[in-house]
Amino acid sequence: MRDVAVVSFAQAPSRRRVPEQNEVEILMPVVAEAVEKSGVPRDKIGFTCSGSCDYLAGQPFAFVWGLEAIAAWPPIRESHVEMDGAWALYEAWVLLQEGEIDAALVYGFGKSSPGSIRDVLAMQLDPYYYAPMWPDAVSLAALQARALLESTDHTEREMAEVAARSRRDAKANPNAQVTGDFDVDQILSDPYIVSPLRKHDCAPISDGAAAVVIAAGDLARSVSERPAWIRGIDHRVEPHSLGARDLTASVSTAVAAERAGALNDKIDVAELLAPFTHQELILRDSLNLKNGSAINPSGGALAANPVMAAGLIRIGEAAARITSGAADRALAHATSGPCLQQNLVCVLEGE
Amino acid sequence: MAENMIVTMPIRLEYDYSPGAGRSRFLRGLERGKILGERCHVCHKVYVGGGSGACPRDGVPTEEVVELPDVGTITTFCVVNVPFAGATVEIPYVSASILLDGADIPLMHLIQEVNAEDVRMGMRVRAEWLPEAERIPSMDTIKYFKPAGEPDAPIDEVLKRMRADA
Repeated sequence: MRDVAVVSFAQAPSRRRVPEQNEVEILMPVVAEAVEKSGVPRDKIGFTCSGSCDYLAGQPFAFVWGLEAIAAWPPIRESHVEMDGAWALYEAWVLLQEGEIDAALVYGFGKSSPGSIRDVLAMQLDPYYYAPMWPDAVSLAALQARALLESTDHTEREMAEVAARSRRDAKANPNAQVTGDFDVDQILSDPYIVSPLRKHDCAPISDGAAAVVIAAGDLARSVSERPAWIRGIDHRVEPHSLGARDLTASVSTAVAAERAGALNDKIDVAELLAPFTHQELILRDSLNLKNGSAINPSGGALAANPVMAAGLIRIGEAAARITSGAADRALAHATSGPCLQQNLVCVLEGE
Repeated sequence: MAENMIVTMPIRLEYDYSPGAGRSRFLRGLERGKILGERCHVCHKVYVGGGSGACPRDGVPTEEVVELPDVGTITTFCVVNVPFAGATVEIPYVSASILLDGADIPLMHLIQEVNAEDVRMGMRVRAEWLPEAERIPSMDTIKYFKPAGEPDAPIDEVLKRMRADA
């Protein structure tokens, strides 16, 4: 495997609604910052890959618009995934493995504010059985949470503790959107949105963007004092039929983690994309994370959830902690689809 | 075999669309009867038509506003002969790319007040605006473009202006 590292990361501050800027205007400074911070000359960036969702923008081929933010002249080699930017990073990493190019720019962006994100995400469902029934994303997550509470020892209190910890940690994250000290007993007395989910169990609705530059071997070493080396990366998907899955365990996360080598050694920091509190509990169980791993020190998706960038932000946040020396080995996770259908695990290490 | 049952499920998504700073400048201009373009400070190209507010060549904000005339040249066009749901114009009609004088990228609009077979590349056209009281921040404020009554422009030179490396 060729050594490839994250050498820079930039993100827009997540906000509930950014009416004064379109997606390109949000993305433009983020891409410029990631490229500049990377120290990789523009002509060495041999590939650009993006992740976004046309349903968020409500326009077909909206993703093409993103290219206006990145200076695509002279003509560049680029690709796009209709998924979170974490999967765009995966595609770029695969291309770097071929050895033809030494660096790639990856970005993810989206505004969840223009439409009803609960309903927009229903369009990600299989078109034959579930999408026509129009179940909203929060209701599907609530089914999963109910199954978890009824078949395991997990409790609503643990879920509230995840929310309180995430938003307390997010106070140190200038890009987070929902931060502060929340009293577990008090938030547990809030009404349900969709039982058993309360407001604090759900990620906020966010507009935002993120960009990462990855580079291989000597180039990474020459531009970064401490590159965050990608030691393993893998993603797995489960059947789209919810009835064919065990919603209380994330089998695909466990397999991806094993394939990525995550379980071979200690994990200092784990950045998990869990847009609902109970999903963090499921992910922690599936990853078998031991005490001593800091979970979502950024605050995670419960503090800021710019859909299509939130997974890439997990990789960026984990990499930033490696580069700063705060961690030696980190795990970043991204998810896509209802009830943690598809999962990506990326293991990062310092030298 | 039993007859197939067809169930129609209503699927509808609604959006509050936000044009952003760049496109807002263009739309606010139309409301005042002006076509506002934007010049890139790196390549000096002038974009018009409500783009993203970015120079797609250089990836920088295009914040220098340039007022453009409502006259330009047809660079390419399409004669629409097929009716479709929601169409408001009688067929055949012409949809064209129009390079306004002083702009480096064409905008697309309807061509009227001329027979479809007489439309050609290089034809000079002028905007037909809604009356002042009816103007809104929308492309619909320009009803269509119509022949400007000027001699044709040299099309090769006009097309060259649109090249990214020009």
